[in-house]
Amino acid sequence: MLNIQDATLTFNEGTLDEKNALQQVDLQLDKGDFVTVIGSNGAGKSTLMNIISGTLKPDVGSITVADQDVTMLPEYKRSQYIGRVFQDPVAGTAPSMTIEENLAMAYARNKKRTLKKGVSKSRKSLFKEHLETLQLGLENRLNAQVGLLSGGERQALSLLMATFTEPNILLLDEHTAALDPSRAELITNITKQVVEQFDLTTLMVTHNMQQALDLGNRLIMMDKGQIILEVSGEKKKELTIEQLLHEFQRIRGKQMANDRAVLG
Amino acid sequence: MFDGFFISLFGALESGIIYALMALGVYLTFRILDFPDLTVDGSFVTGGGVAAISIVNGVPPVFATCFAILAGFLAGIVTGILNTKGKINPLLSGILMMIALYSLNLRIMGKPNVALLNESTVFNQVEGFWGNLGIDQALNSILTWLGLESVPSTWAVLIIMTIVTFCIKFITDYFLKTEVGLALRATGDNEKMIRSFSANTDTLTILGVGISNAFVALSGALVSQYTGFADVSMGIGMIVIGLASVIIGEALIGTKTIFRTTLAVIIGAVLYRIVVTFALRADFLETGDMKLITALLVIIALIAPKIIISQREARRKRRKQAELARRKGANNA
Repeated sequence: MLNIQDATLTFNEGTLDEKNALQQVDLQLDKGDFVTVIGSNGAGKSTLMNIISGTLKPDVGSITVADQDVTMLPEYKRSQYIGRVFQDPVAGTAPSMTIEENLAMAYARNKKRTLKKGVSKSRKSLFKEHLETLQLGLENRLNAQVGLLSGGERQALSLLMATFTEPNILLLDEHTAALDPSRAELITNITKQVVEQFDLTTLMVTHNMQQALDLGNRLIMMDKGQIILEVSGEKKKELTIEQLLHEFQRIRGKQMANDRAVLG
Repeated sequence: MFDGFFISLFGALESGIIYALMALGVYLTFRILDFPDLTVDGSFVTGGGVAAISIVNGVPPVFATCFAILAGFLAGIVTGILNTKGKINPLLSGILMMIALYSLNLRIMGKPNVALLNESTVFNQVEGFWGNLGIDQALNSILTWLGLESVPSTWAVLIIMTIVTFCIKFITDYFLKTEVGLALRATGDNEKMIRSFSANTDTLTILGVGISNAFVALSGALVSQYTGFADVSMGIGMIVIGLASVIIGEALIGTKTIFRTTLAVIIGAVLYRIVVTFALRADFLETGDMKLITALLVIIALIAPKIIISQREARRKRRKQAELARRKGANNA
């Protein structure tokens, strides 16, 4: 479903601030895979998300979504195939527009936008049905301005908007990080529910190791623009935070030893 | 005295409803796209100039007006392209286009002022047909019965322009609720978000600024036919008049829905004309003071609502404090 090959991206090349955000990253996701991505700040997680969504273009390498090469496709064309939820609850919705208008815009993702009414009667009942699954009572507030919703409600709505048109890929960029623990748990549960419901191929960045272990069937760890660890299936189910930290130190330590050897 | 008052008011209503189209254009960029577009000062004249020069050269007024709309649309598209493809800041894109249009308008008109004195315009064409309807006589006989001595020579401009302006308002309201319209609004509201839902925000911005300037040019074309001339400086300060209309209307009528906001903009444009007309009737003010009055109006419309809200808040707090003090006093006693 998603195939990334040799993706490499360097910021500020040739200057003192040069940073290898991605170094020849290879990643394949099969249909229905749910991959959690962990790593420290600056490891390249967000850059990886951004080259998939098209916000950034890799220097080298190719990206294929559903057997179609999208490497050179601009962001707005790619987003026909890709649903995204951002870290900031404000980022994923239009605040001065109503809930139903926001859903109507999301509904048009993989269709051509026309001069027909965005919110028709039949769509309204469809939107209601989907909102009911969130169990937040939003289905009774279709005409409420999204800017008046709480952070958790907005993020739940963003999640629904990103998923209910069944995108080929779902990208979640620390989408629970800005919420209080109980709201974060709510959004995590809704995430589980919608990913299962629509059988979505998902890539989720998180700083919460427990979340990374609880969700999904695969886990990758990134550092310095590379994927340094990959765990999947039964192995992932048995993994604990301690093992993960230990593993991280082992790999990093080895690398530091290598660096020292080179610098000698 | 009262007669003069009424004729002034009537004139203000007539021009207000024509300028309302320009204000709707400004609303589209300023509020919907969040794009403060200064092209308006130039495209208003482009509309007036294209219409006037076409009419002078024998083009039927209706077609001349359509050319004006098209010219305004193109001007807006260029501003939109400068901003989106050229990555030039919106304000600067508009200023550049405004200044470029000044020269272009002179080229289009061939001279700084084109008179339409003995030419046919959309208005005098309509008046011919209008006269047979007998509406003027009916309305004027009511006015005479009310005791007015001088009555308007025709109601055609006011009534037909009200219908035209409201038609365009309703079309705009509908458009902003279509799939394209929603995406256009989201471009001004949260560009990052709507791009993640496969909308080409560049194209939408260009389209929005284009439509806005088409409205402005239509208004310019009608103003030149209404006043009987197009002048290369007729657009100076137009953006501020547009903003004044939007801000005054919004402050008085509110912005709850799109339907209400576009109505507010139209009413704001008419009110602006009325205020300016009556301000200029004061003996100590001259025609040249109009821009100053406009600036003051905008400042008042921007500041007054804030003062009212903060006073209301202060009153609410005082009331709560008094209540608390009373309750405490009761407990102590």
